[in-house]
Amino acid sequence: MERYYQPEIECAAPEILRQMQNEKLAAQVRHVWDNVPYYRAKMEARGLTPDDIRTVDDLKKLPFLTKDDLRETYPDGLVAVPLRDCVRIQSTSGTTGKRVVGYYTQEDVDLWEECCARAITAAGGTNEDVVQVCYGYGLFTGGPGLHGGSHKVGSLTLPMSSGNTDRQLQFMVDLKATILCCTPSYAAYLAESIHERGLRDKICLKAGIFGAEAWSEEMRHDIEKSLGIKAYDIYGLTELSGPGVSFECSEQSGMHINEDHFYAEIIDPDTGEVLPEGTQGELVFTALDRKAFPLLRYRTRDICVLSREKCSCGRTHVKMKKPRGRSDDMLIIRGVNVFPSQIEAVLIEQGYQANYQIVVDRVNNSDTIDVLVEMTPENFSDSLAQITKQEKDLVGGLKSMLGIHVNVHLVAPKSLARSEGKAVRVIDKRKI
Amino acid sequence: MSVSQISVFLENRPGELAEITGLLAAQNIDLRALNIAETTDYGVIRLITNCNDEAARILNEAGFILFRNEVTAVAVPDQPGGLNRVLKLLAAAGIDIAYMYSIFSESKGKAFMIMKLSDSARAEALLEAAGLAGIVPGTDALVGKE
Ligand SMILES: [Zn+2]
Repeated sequence: MERYYQPEIECAAPEILRQMQNEKLAAQVRHVWDNVPYYRAKMEARGLTPDDIRTVDDLKKLPFLTKDDLRETYPDGLVAVPLRDCVRIQSTSGTTGKRVVGYYTQEDVDLWEECCARAITAAGGTNEDVVQVCYGYGLFTGGPGLHGGSHKVGSLTLPMSSGNTDRQLQFMVDLKATILCCTPSYAAYLAESIHERGLRDKICLKAGIFGAEAWSEEMRHDIEKSLGIKAYDIYGLTELSGPGVSFECSEQSGMHINEDHFYAEIIDPDTGEVLPEGTQGELVFTALDRKAFPLLRYRTRDICVLSREKCSCGRTHVKMKKPRGRSDDMLIIRGVNVFPSQIEAVLIEQGYQANYQIVVDRVNNSDTIDVLVEMTPENFSDSLAQITKQEKDLVGGLKSMLGIHVNVHLVAPKSLARSEGKAVRVIDKRKI
Repeated sequence: MSVSQISVFLENRPGELAEITGLLAAQNIDLRALNIAETTDYGVIRLITNCNDEAARILNEAGFILFRNEVTAVAVPDQPGGLNRVLKLLAAAGIDIAYMYSIFSESKGKAFMIMKLSDSARAEALLEAAGLAGIVPGTDALVGKE
């Protein structure tokens, strides 16, 4: 049976949801106008006042915010409440100049944790569950977000943070963790370690909530099979609070956006025009409730598709497909768009693991892309001919997925850095 | 004359092969045969030791990827045309050789070789009938008879 954390909101009739969004939006635009001179100036430049924005249909009149705006106003130029009303900051890991700092009032923290609670409940979590949170704690939103959500659900929360695989596995077994929250690459690594140590029969996991990096359907399938769990995707970004902006339900096909808090649009990344539902484009969010850091029309750089098709889980909130890639992650190789997630899908399909590294370089004015892949026991034999044939198949598979030639290098197992947080998968050596 | 072989995936990096031989030497494991097939990025080391189970355990624990299978030990007459005689016999029977390499051996008058053959059961019967069955001296990996 499908469970909901806030059924009256998650399953609200579309017209009620729309009414809620319109009211929140009008109030939020007024709040920003009154308290964020930086954005007010942008509105004034377009001759707009808060009276021009009455419903979500008026949103398209508003100017966008981008990462550049965040950089320009760093650290608190977009904060809309006095700092005495803020209780928390979270931040991204980017280097100086790229780092995003998000501010939260207590109400903002509560809303964020409710979003995560909805995700945990959708993954089957109740107060009977033991939730092992091995996202990083600290500035990174992963740990605090799921931790707070797990508290709200009333689950027993294991605040493991990332790393220390021995301790993770010991707690997982001894405390009978039932729900695992971490990055998908760390989940795959834990799964591998569980099998290596013969612990498969000793774990009680039933579900995992994996996010903060791109992963493919094949990787989901592998993790589910290896651990005997259901693996759910979760999406979010620090600019909007953190994980829980959207999450998967039992249908596991797209993530419901918590659109009572975050209104989503899809735009043409080149023209900025709003695209009709079902069209692929850049995801843009307006935070409807956040008080401290109320971003309007924030461009995520994530490329994806929205769908309002009725979902079997009963939720009415719009669903977003797994982003095809963050346009920040998107590599342009000889003019072709390449997403690491596409490379990952081919690797897993051909029996390699999702642990890989992409090296991009420019040789004689032409881009090169090399993928380092770890050899697996399944793909190894005494026959060099067979291995080189598999290598050719991999090059062929990548060529048909990406449309360009990729140099493949098979490397020794465990020679690529394992990710206990986000994986460093792309090394771009191009100096342009 | 059927012999157990271990293959190890080897990334082409300085010291990688020495790591393997070092690990085995540290446990007093004696290499009886070794062969490397390589590309520019990686290679397959095939080896036969005096104690393959122990060697496999050590390499596995050290994180190497292994593959174990049976290959054929062939006694090649140590005289001009000796190898030719073996190859002709196999060719006439339509048996393919995927790879071959020689064994470290002090036995006089005979050179032993390891071969990966397409139809090993039939090949071994043929070689044995022709008096060409080989062994790997000093191993417990020998399955067939001399
Ligand atoms: Zn659903």
